[in-house]
Amino acid sequence: MIKNLQAQADYIKANFEGANVVEPIAFDNLIIYVAPDKIVNFLKFLRDDANLSFKCFIDLFGADMLGVRSPRFEVIYNLLSLKLNNRITIKVALEDGEKVPSAISAFSGAGWFEREAFDMYGIVFDGNPDLRRILTDYGFEGHPLRKDFPLTGYKEVRYDEQQKKVVYEPVKLMQEFRNFDFEMPWEGAKYAVQGDNKNKS
Amino acid sequence: MIGSNLSPLNQDALLNQVSEDVSDRGFVTAKIDELVNWARTGSLWPMTFGLACCAVEMMQTAASRYDLDRFGMIFRPSPRQSDVMIVAGTLTNKMAPALRKVYDQMAEPRYVISMGSCANGGGYYHYSYSVVRGCDRIVPVDVYVPGCPPTAEGLLYGVLLLQRKIKRTGKFNR
Repeated sequence: MIKNLQAQADYIKANFEGANVVEPIAFDNLIIYVAPDKIVNFLKFLRDDANLSFKCFIDLFGADMLGVRSPRFEVIYNLLSLKLNNRITIKVALEDGEKVPSAISAFSGAGWFEREAFDMYGIVFDGNPDLRRILTDYGFEGHPLRKDFPLTGYKEVRYDEQQKKVVYEPVKLMQEFRNFDFEMPWEGAKYAVQGDNKNKS
Repeated sequence: MIGSNLSPLNQDALLNQVSEDVSDRGFVTAKIDELVNWARTGSLWPMTFGLACCAVEMMQTAASRYDLDRFGMIFRPSPRQSDVMIVAGTLTNKMAPALRKVYDQMAEPRYVISMGSCANGGGYYHYSYSVVRGCDRIVPVDVYVPGCPPTAEGLLYGVLLLQRKIKRTGKFNR
């Protein structure tokens, strides 16, 4: 049993080629970057290694780091080891249009999470047998959680009395969205928040 | 001409007067319009259609404290048996065709209560890419109940307003 996080990080680095641990370890959470082509093997290694046994698949989601760092997208996997009573975060960095292998062969529950990440960010998961949209409307345009997606989207709905059905039309707003920004720094965290320019003062 | 001088909402007095007249003379007369409107306002069966957190407040209105049963309102699980649809919550683009279908399946005369900011005009999600900016874009609305969510009293008041509207404008078409 490897209770110590630094010892865990060293163990993973020694036993898996290409695992880049983010150091120093902050907030009692291991963050490990791996290349897209190694992610499935890495997940299987974490799952099957008797000293780690991260067997519980908690979450999979995307993130858009547009203007913050390059490459632009990240896919983030969260695992839980019941044996170690410990969680782990694995990240894969991707350029726009770059594919990442599906994690279904390691954790079969990943399927719908990957559909959600595809829906929200347009990240393509190679090998997912059913990569459709999961949350947004049928025939939805774009990927809404991308930073360059316009807030109001492209289409709106209305019931058409002549056609007797709900029709889609380009968005027409009576009043534009107004963003009131009073340059108030968020006073929650004392540590540096990436991409937050207001906290500099 | 019994009942013409009494409010249909004042049911106890109306029923007492009717039963007295029946025991006196053996028959009653009333205007068919008012009789029908009295019946309609007294049995507004709403469609069980909760979309978001407003639905919880709608349940409170139906539960024992505010008790919609007092007004003859019984939630129905089928649009075919419903007279009124309470749009309780955020109406999304994806839900809009389904909402319209449910409304189309309701029998005439049918009424719609728009409950809460989201159903009234998009509310908090007015600029969202996935929310309809007011359920009146999809179905004709009779009563708008403001609030986020409206209180149970608020919805109850909306229901009473709808009853008054039916009493005022309801017609019996042959």
